[in-house]
Amino acid sequence: MEQKTKINAEDGKQELVITREFDLPLELLFKAFVEPEILEQWMGTKVLKLDSKKHGSYQFETTDPKGNKHGFNGVIHELVPNKKIIRTFEMENAPFGAQLEFLEFEKLTNETCKLTMQVVYKSIEIRNQILQLPFAQGINMAHNRIQEIANNLK
Amino acid sequence: MNLRRDVFQAIADPTRRAILLLVATQSMTAGAIASTFDSSRPTVSKHLQILTECELLEQEQNGREIYYHTNAKKMKEVADFIEPFRNMWDDRFNKLENIMKNYKNQ
Repeated sequence: MEQKTKINAEDGKQELVITREFDLPLELLFKAFVEPEILEQWMGTKVLKLDSKKHGSYQFETTDPKGNKHGFNGVIHELVPNKKIIRTFEMENAPFGAQLEFLEFEKLTNETCKLTMQVVYKSIEIRNQILQLPFAQGINMAHNRIQEIANNLK
Repeated sequence: MNLRRDVFQAIADPTRRAILLLVATQSMTAGAIASTFDSSRPTVSKHLQILTECELLEQEQNGREIYYHTNAKKMKEVADFIEPFRNMWDDRFNKLENIMKNYKNQ
């Protein structure tokens, strides 16, 4: 299956850009980011709080396979329906500090849209550390071709 | 020099990714590689040079010919670095898409 999500992590920059096109009308994509009960389903986190408005805030929580709880929180700096969300994100009890996220929602056609997430970290080192966290847990590992080659060469 | 940077720039190009796929299973000479692409020979040479400089490709002298093959260790490093993170988001966004498609049809 083609993987639609692209990540651009240029070196020398303390940011990364995640882009994705959806077969969804723009309004539905935006809704999935602001309605707690929907966000909970696709993010795979419990939403303790999500106040989707300018100067609102949010709190998520996940439970790992060992039963440990991990908290995440942030504040919403700006929210323009169907257009953009600017927010912070921070993992609790982690040494990474807050990151700043610029989410841009773009209509492509009546039935398709695009999300661009620019994530800015405190430093290049922190960005690289976060990229290397063991995210693989419980994730559907649909490897891309480069990954396949790497595996074949193991 | 930060190798990671160069590696990611290297694989950002579709022709270079195709070259990596091509020589993943067999060593090939520059000429043999170039003959499988529409690009000019100098263009392919440039790609080979970039891939070699960032250690994704290794050169091996065999008689008068130089053969290219992929550097397994480096390829693994690249794949591991960003793939799990990308997969996590891809997985989330696939779910989002499915959920909202159902939502729309309700």
